[in-house]
Amino acid sequence: MKLKEKQRTGAQLLIDALKEEQVEIVFGYPGGAVLPLYDCIYDSDLRHILTRHEQGAIHAAEGYARVTGKAGVVIVTSGPGATNILTGLADAMIDSLPLVVFTGQVNTNVIGSDAFQEGDLIGLTMPITKHNYQIRNVADIPQVIKEAFHIATTGRPGPVVIDLPKDMMTNGVNEVPEKIEIHLPGYQPTLEPNKHQLEKLVKALEQSERPLVAVGAGVLHAKASAALLKFVEYYQLPVVYTLHGMGAFPADHPLSLGMGGMHGTYAANMALYDCDYLMVFGARLDDRFTANLDHFAKKSKIAHIDIDPVEISKNVYADIPVVGDVGRALNYLNEIVGKHPECKEWMDLNMKRKKDHPLKYEPSDIVLKPQYVLEILNRLAAKDAIVVTDVGQHQMWAAQFFARNCPDTFVTSGGFGTMGFGIPAAIGAQFAYPDKEVYLIVGDGGFQMTLQELAIIIEHKLPIRIVLLNNYALGMVRQWQELIYKERYSHSLIPGQPDFMKIAEAYGIKGVRISDPKQIESQLKEAVAYEGPILIECIIAPKELVYPMVQAGKGIHEMEGV
Amino acid sequence: MKRIIVATLNNTAGVLNRVTGVMARRRFNIESISVGHSEKEGISRLTFIVNVENENQTEQLTKHLNKQVDVIKVLDITEDDVVERELALIKVSCNSTNRMEIFGFLDPFRAQVVDVGKDTLIIQIVGAQNKVDALIDLLKPFGIREISRTGVIASVRGTKRQEKTNKLLAY
Repeated sequence: MKLKEKQRTGAQLLIDALKEEQVEIVFGYPGGAVLPLYDCIYDSDLRHILTRHEQGAIHAAEGYARVTGKAGVVIVTSGPGATNILTGLADAMIDSLPLVVFTGQVNTNVIGSDAFQEGDLIGLTMPITKHNYQIRNVADIPQVIKEAFHIATTGRPGPVVIDLPKDMMTNGVNEVPEKIEIHLPGYQPTLEPNKHQLEKLVKALEQSERPLVAVGAGVLHAKASAALLKFVEYYQLPVVYTLHGMGAFPADHPLSLGMGGMHGTYAANMALYDCDYLMVFGARLDDRFTANLDHFAKKSKIAHIDIDPVEISKNVYADIPVVGDVGRALNYLNEIVGKHPECKEWMDLNMKRKKDHPLKYEPSDIVLKPQYVLEILNRLAAKDAIVVTDVGQHQMWAAQFFARNCPDTFVTSGGFGTMGFGIPAAIGAQFAYPDKEVYLIVGDGGFQMTLQELAIIIEHKLPIRIVLLNNYALGMVRQWQELIYKERYSHSLIPGQPDFMKIAEAYGIKGVRISDPKQIESQLKEAVAYEGPILIECIIAPKELVYPMVQAGKGIHEMEGV
Repeated sequence: MKRIIVATLNNTAGVLNRVTGVMARRRFNIESISVGHSEKEGISRLTFIVNVENENQTEQLTKHLNKQVDVIKVLDITEDDVVERELALIKVSCNSTNRMEIFGFLDPFRAQVVDVGKDTLIIQIVGAQNKVDALIDLLKPFGIREISRTGVIASVRGTKRQEKTNKLLAY
């Protein structure tokens, strides 16, 4: 330990540590317990974005983390400020997004006394964080922050919470360690895959007749899209992707069969059903992707590569398990390339299914079809445009008709399915890439959950194109009620809605309402060309359903609406 | 099936909560749990017994526990050659007529009387779980007032562990 500077406060140490980690932006909301920290931020050049609700702050950080791969940073106060971010933490945890979240806390001497705005954040966040810390010594701050960023961004990424008792921000220390080393014997993620296992994977591939590649978000986290493309093109393998795998493999690639799962394409789901060798790259194989496990890849041998050993054989037994970084695994696979499997018949079958059963909808010149809106947007948008969605029908339509071809261009809440995610996540993505086109696809339900964040869009002149698909309903709930609950629309139809154009106006955002299918093309073209934020409200067919659909409990091959 | 799992943990605030939290969330039923300082400063050693349906479940549990940053190492030592011990204090009712009868049980179990009251005895026994269970069964007819058990602790004999346990090494 060496004397660096005279008496630094905990808050100053914290700001120094954020600079050390090269944090570009912080999303936050002040309050009593973090006043000393905010006082310090006042003097620093740390870029802090004041959201209008803590939930907005954490979803914005998630959007930022999703498109950059860097840790999103959040600061909130104690008690209610901290409990308001729990949804975002759970969302980031299941979707493996790196976050470092600072929560305020009451003074150490009153912790446990039910003090004003006290909350047990360590207890509350334990199941929904990768790790959490409470600062007990000011001098620990640099070490803890270094570890937190390391844990959040390495291995399988995830959120880390640092709970900051108020006195830990105001107390000073004379000495801080000059150099901080990370020593975490209990955290040693396996990055290097076992080569022997990868050789087995190739052997099995050579012998397979109906091979299939399933791509998940692990490929994006590992920045391995190019390596994946090389591998797939060498063997000429058909590819399906998960919702979060979107963009990891180009959706418009001839070998892509599209998204698999509950609302996946016919070709993708049938391939998952019929394959005899499934190679899974960085996917959790959750129930929305596999449907009923009794019918998922049952005729198939399975190789599963994932950085998180827990995911292997959790839901689907892996014959060839490989723990490690998907990128490193693919690089090695590209080195040891084997001979091509004989699978022409299989390829022909997949291509025929893809051609005969594309995603489809009934066109209309009376009502606006959401799929049509998204098709046009897909044509108008730049190739590397970022598409952010909320949760519900529009999310699935976006995944189907606004599919992405570049990595890190699709931002959605998949595992947790958090309504209200869209607006703040789009804000985070646009802050990360001010020059990229950001399209937010959002429904009328989710829009109203976090619309207070529109204030940030205009405050920071974020040129987000907000496409509000308004069907006057909680569409996905309505869809299930129509199909499964005998059309008993219990609380899914929204009778009273605000005038969204007036909301846009109130927030100083340009608004356009579109309802005529005959004019949509030109109206969208004009709207998209507008520079600056714009709210495009599309009044869509209220009874439109998302198809294909595998109903809950059904097998992956039992699709409706193909 | 009963599994004996041992784990080394950072001795930080709330670490036991982290471990039991994982088990509760993943619906594992803990039969006994015991934690204390290990041979290394700042490191605790935890032994617990869980009942699982199959080996896959144990594997999932050990993997989940290993993901915790404060958990350094987790091993399922059920298949190993282990020394397994538990300590129990059993307070049993007695009177002048049956006291000697109770004393008669103690020797074969290498149990000891550690307190004698007017109409109670406290008996201390150390042994594997089934041995403790057996003594408790024998004492039941006399009227058991209270049982305190430490939970099982275990250690692998000798220096070599069997290969089988850590399947993760294979991939």
